[in-house]
Amino acid sequence: MPLLEDGRILPDAWVGVDDDAPLPEGPVIVPLARLAEAAGRNAPLGVSIGNDVGVDALAPWLPRLALVQVVLPKSKDGRAFSQIRALREYHGFAGEIRVAGHVIPDHYAMLLRCGASTVVVPEGADPAVWQASRHVVRIAYQHAQSAEQPLALLRRKVA
Amino acid sequence: MPEAPFLRPPQHARTYRYDAVDREFLAERIAEFRGQVQRRLAGALTEDEFKPLRLMNGLYLQLHAYMLRVAIPYGVLNATQLRQLAYIARRWDRGWGHFTTRQNIQFNWTKLVDTPEMLEALAAVDMHAIQTSGNCIRNTTTDEFAGAAPDEVADPRVYAEILRQWSSLHPEFTWLPRKFKIAVRGAEEDRIASRTHDVAVQLKRDAAGEVGFTIHVGGGMGRTPILAQPIFDFVPEAEFLRTMEAILRVYNALGQRENIYRARIKILVRDLGRDGFLELVNAELARMPVEPYRLAPEIVQAISAHFAPPPFAPADGAAAALERATAADAEFADWVRLNTRPHRQPGYASAVISLKPVGGIPGDATAEQMEAVAELAERFGFGELRVSHTQNLVLPHVHQKHLHALWQGLRAAGLGTANFGQGTDIIACPGLDYCALANARSIPISQQISERVDALDRAFALGELQIKISGCINACGHHHVAHIGILGVDKHGAEAYQITLGGAPGNDAAIGELIGPSFSYDDVAGAVETILRTHIAQRLPGERFLDTYRRIGQAPFKEALYAAA
Repeated sequence: MPLLEDGRILPDAWVGVDDDAPLPEGPVIVPLARLAEAAGRNAPLGVSIGNDVGVDALAPWLPRLALVQVVLPKSKDGRAFSQIRALREYHGFAGEIRVAGHVIPDHYAMLLRCGASTVVVPEGADPAVWQASRHVVRIAYQHAQSAEQPLALLRRKVA
Repeated sequence: MPEAPFLRPPQHARTYRYDAVDREFLAERIAEFRGQVQRRLAGALTEDEFKPLRLMNGLYLQLHAYMLRVAIPYGVLNATQLRQLAYIARRWDRGWGHFTTRQNIQFNWTKLVDTPEMLEALAAVDMHAIQTSGNCIRNTTTDEFAGAAPDEVADPRVYAEILRQWSSLHPEFTWLPRKFKIAVRGAEEDRIASRTHDVAVQLKRDAAGEVGFTIHVGGGMGRTPILAQPIFDFVPEAEFLRTMEAILRVYNALGQRENIYRARIKILVRDLGRDGFLELVNAELARMPVEPYRLAPEIVQAISAHFAPPPFAPADGAAAALERATAADAEFADWVRLNTRPHRQPGYASAVISLKPVGGIPGDATAEQMEAVAELAERFGFGELRVSHTQNLVLPHVHQKHLHALWQGLRAAGLGTANFGQGTDIIACPGLDYCALANARSIPISQQISERVDALDRAFALGELQIKISGCINACGHHHVAHIGILGVDKHGAEAYQITLGGAPGNDAAIGELIGPSFSYDDVAGAVETILRTHIAQRLPGERFLDTYRRIGQAPFKEALYAAA
């Protein structure tokens, strides 16, 4: 599936691996249960977590991880937003945070403000629609993890 | 999108005044919704995907049409805004609106294609429908007498406005397990049904006079009514938003998502226990950075300036003149006794405009009535208004010398009913006449009960009495915390009504107890009369229904209701 970053569809070097498939060469995204097994390899490591997983469970692995993928099983299930924010704010994770699952353009700006980097979008998705949705509201009233320019009172201009 | 022409508010009305930044935000939000509607019409969004988006813009699909729920932040509005609501009612609805228990207004006959234009008309008076529905942080409610009540220790409007801003399109808390309602009060007396909310905030002052917050969490009505539990006694002002963030973080991560009836924070708090929940909130607080979430005193000060007292006139012997006027006119005296409240400013009172004419529809107002009230607010009340959670309107600051003229003006508009807090001041949801969720009608039941209660009240002076009606278990009509609560249910395909007794919303909050088997549509008003006649027969001098019930219990009422059967 296409990968969206900053308004563009990017080539995706990562390979997602299921629960019991053999690990291929190169950068892989593995389930939480296979982290130990995959961490010994000499290749970039990513993990995909369910939205019922507290990100503290990843703490010992974070220095080794280049990517964490979170998942929205349904578009209205917002647990991943808190996972993303916690990875950035509590753990200072600086790698890629990728969002997969039932993500819609209307999530995009908020996901980025929580600290997400990339989104796995449906085949044929128009990056222009996502970009437009991202930039439609530029004023925000609360602290978040993304870059922003402070304005008076609680307000800020989102970059 | 062209910017809507901005309509000037009355000079001294204390609503939060938007500046260019707030207006830019609102214009962007409308543009976003317009785009969402277009994508839905083009098929780029499924109905499942679109539904939460339209709900977060206040748009419900009801039985006969869309309903647009407009936010009246913490129930505060000015005369210009009320006139614009009248305009919207006439132009895009059927000439009336319905004020709700959430201090909002609903237009029940909205067309989807009209909604972006309606939102622009709202934006022209700095209003919106953001987060009046959906699984997000809803309109914060507060005391309709804020800024006027003599017992207020700090102004709840200031902190409700801060919450409104902070919660608007919050990036982390817009896809919660379920809706989230916060109430803020500034007085010890609880006039806002605090403990029925997901979070209840009470403003306090410490020995040094600094503001802090007592916080209760985990209240709610619906299928499982629970009263909120105290978790913090005194959160310092600077920590207000940080504490709110922490509570919402725990809820967003751990609130149930599978079953809509178990998804409110009340179930999470109940399951974890108050202490278990508090432990998790404290764990978040221990990890959260302080500075980015600090509520700076300069911000509080800047927002407080929007709610400065209006330029009050001297008392000028008004109290004595009012006494003479009430002595001369018994009807006026009744209205003053029941529908006005003391004010902290000598010579002033707060006046409640009842939207509960006997036999009428609770909370409804016509466009003409809204315009009449707007004009009276400008003449006698600095152009400022409130909506109460009991579905009435309030002029918070009226000079006592103007009360008689105000009352006459209200009577001319059919708004002079003297019944605030009385048995005919019934709270009712729209019920099966409008609502897609309802099991039974609320409005005609309310009308029947209102007429019976009025007749009893005239003969027996019932005093304070709270009757509340919900057309389904979602409990929008607050029936759980009514002295006499009525819940519409579906019984083998027919409308039926369960009655609960002994509930209360305030400092002595309690959940009402089911009295017995349900009553049919034709019998429920008679059952309420039987309950009240039992109260009249059993009451001690000066005793309200609730006092009698608490003293003698269910048995005499049960016997009166069911003995014949």
